[in-house]
Amino acid sequence: MFEKVLLKNMDHPESHTIGAYEAAGGYKALATVLKKYTPDEVIKQVKASNLRGRGGAGFPTGLKWSFVPKDSAKIPYLCCNADEGEPGTFKDRALMEKDPHMMIEGMIIAAYAIGAKIAYIYIRGEYELCINRVEKAIKDATEKEYLGADILKSGFALEVYVHRGAGAYICGEETALLESIEGRRAQPKLKPPFPAISGLYDCPTVINNVETFACLPHIFERGVDWFCSIGPEGSPGPKLFCLSGQINKPGLYEAPMGITMREMIEEYGGGACSGQVKAVIPGGVSAPMFPVSDLDIKLDFESLAAAGSMLGSAGVIVLDDSACVVNTITRITEFFNHESCGKCTPCREGLDWCAKILRRLESGDGKLEDLDQLEALCSTIFGNSFCALGVGASWALQAALKHFRAEFVQHIEEKGCPFH
Amino acid sequence: MELSKKLIEQIQLVAENYPNRRSAIMPALYLAQNRYDCLHGEVLKGIANVLEIPEIWVFELATFYTMYNTEPMGKYHIQLCTNIPCQLRKADILKRFLEDRLHIKTGETTLDGKFTLSTVECIGSCDKAPALMINQDYHEHLDENRVGEILDQLNE
Ligand SMILES: Cc1cc2nc3c(=O)[nH]c(=O)nc-3n(C[C@H](O)[C@H](O)[C@H](O)COP(=O)(O)O)c2cc1C
Ligand code: SF4
Ligand code: FES
Repeated sequence: MFEKVLLKNMDHPESHTIGAYEAAGGYKALATVLKKYTPDEVIKQVKASNLRGRGGAGFPTGLKWSFVPKDSAKIPYLCCNADEGEPGTFKDRALMEKDPHMMIEGMIIAAYAIGAKIAYIYIRGEYELCINRVEKAIKDATEKEYLGADILKSGFALEVYVHRGAGAYICGEETALLESIEGRRAQPKLKPPFPAISGLYDCPTVINNVETFACLPHIFERGVDWFCSIGPEGSPGPKLFCLSGQINKPGLYEAPMGITMREMIEEYGGGACSGQVKAVIPGGVSAPMFPVSDLDIKLDFESLAAAGSMLGSAGVIVLDDSACVVNTITRITEFFNHESCGKCTPCREGLDWCAKILRRLESGDGKLEDLDQLEALCSTIFGNSFCALGVGASWALQAALKHFRAEFVQHIEEKGCPFH
Repeated sequence: MELSKKLIEQIQLVAENYPNRRSAIMPALYLAQNRYDCLHGEVLKGIANVLEIPEIWVFELATFYTMYNTEPMGKYHIQLCTNIPCQLRKADILKRFLEDRLHIKTGETTLDGKFTLSTVECIGSCDKAPALMINQDYHEHLDENRVGEILDQLNE
C-alpha cells in the first residue's frame, strides 16, 4: 500500500492539536526553510518539485509564486482557498478538521517565499468545525511563535485571519473570492491583471488551495526528489481522492496520481454498488463524465485533459447501472444555474434554458430537436462565458450528450424515464 | 436602530482584521445574525452605521449570499443536500419524507415556527451521503428511520 503523507495523522484522535502535530514532526520543515533558504530558493525548490495546484486547474505552484513582482512598493497578500464547494469534494474539509496545522505550516512557507505579511483563509460558511479548528490552530501556532511578529526568531512576520464565506459556490473562483474578502458580491473579474500582479486590495496576491499548502511542508522535509518520485512525471506528489456515489466504500483516499479510474473504483472503493459501473465523473461535477468503456484512463492532470475531461477537485463520483444519466445531468445543470453569479448572459440565461429543456426530457416530454438545441446552447455558453463556471457547466453537459445520447433518445421514445 | 453595545464592540474588533471597513461587512452580518433572529432592514442599517459605510453595501451582501437570513427562519433550519452524490444515495426519498412529516413543502416553515425545510447544494459529506444540516450541525449516513428519530428528538 502507498505510504500516506497528507493523511498520515488522521487516525490520531488528537490529530488537530498542535501537540500531536509537533509530535509527528510538524513545523520542522518551517524551521529548516527559515534557517536554510532565501525566499527565492524556496520558490526555486517548489518549481523543481513541479507541485501543481490541487484546487482545480492544476497550475504549477512555484511558477504562480514567481509572477509576484519583487520590486513592488505594495506588500503581497496570501490567500488560502478553503471554499470547497465543488459537488463530490470533501478533502479540504478533512484536512482542516483533522490536520489544520499541516495547511498552516504550508501557508507560512508560502508567505515567506512571496513576502506576504498578512494571509486570509477563505473557508466556506457551512464548515463550522473547520473554522473553529483552524482558528484554534492559528491561536496555538501564534503562541508557539510559528506565527506572529518574529517567527522562530527569524525576523519574518505573518498574521493569518479566517474569512468566513456565506454560501456561494462562485466564491471558489479566485477573483470572486478576492471580491468577497473585499466585502463585495462575489462576481469574477477580468484577467489580466492576474491576482499575482494585482489582486487583493490591488496588491500582488497568491491564492492556493488547502491541499496545495498541505503538500509544502513535506517537500521541504523530505526533498524535491522524493516528491517527484511519487506518481507520473507531469503530476507528481501525493494526492487526495474523494470517492462518492454508488460505490461500496465511499471515502477519502490518498494515492499517487496516475492510477486508473478502474483501480480507484475497484481497489479503493470496493466496486460499484450494483456491481456494474455505468459512468464516472472524475473531478467534481464540473468535470465531464466518462462511460464505463473509458475506465482505464488514468487519474492525473495530463491524462484526463488529453481524454477531454479534468482532474478538477479529484471528486470521483460513480454512477452504477441503476442511475439515470439524464436525471444526473439535469441536476448538475440545475446546480450550475443556481450558482451562476448572473454577471454574463450566456451563463445566466443559457444554463436556465438548458435546465428547462433537460427537465422536460427527463419527465418524458422531450423531442429529438431538443438534443440539437442543447448542443447549440452548450457551444454558445462554452465559448462565451466570462469565467470557468459557465465553461464547466456546458462542458459537463456536452459529455453527457456525447456518451449517453441513446439514453436521452430512450427518454424521448418511451415518453418517460426508464429508471423511475 | 442602535445595535447592542456588545455587538458594536465585536464588529469593531473584527474590522481590525482588514485594511478597509467594507471587508468587515460579511463577519458583521454573521455576528448580527447570531444576535438577532434575522437580518431585517434596521439591523442592516445599524451595521452600516457602525462601519460608517453606505447602507447599500450591506444590503447587497445580505441578499447575495444565501447563508444570511433576511427573513425569519424556523427554530431548526433543516438543509437537505440534494446534489449528485446525495441524490445517487436517494436524497429525494428523504425530501418527500421530510415534507410529509413536517406537513410543509421545501422552502416553507411549519406553522409553529419550529422547522424550516430547505434543499441545499453539496455540503461536503458526499462519502457519508445522504446528508443534511440542522442549523450548524451535520447529520450523515441518513435513511428515513434516522431522520424520523432526529425529528422526534427535536420535537421533545
Ligand atoms: C467556479 C469555480 C469554482 C472554484 N472552486 C474552487 C474551490 O472551491 N476551491 C479551490 O481551491 N479552487 C477552486 N477553484 C479554482 C480557483 O479559482 C483557483 O484556481 C485555485 O484556488 C488556485 O489554487 P491552486 O493553484 O492551489 O489549485 C474554482 C474555480 C472556478 C472557476
Ligand atoms: S460564467 Fe456564470 S458564474 Fe462566471 S461570470 Fe458569467 S454568469 Fe458569473
Ligand atoms: S452531494 Fe451531498 S454532501 Fe456532497
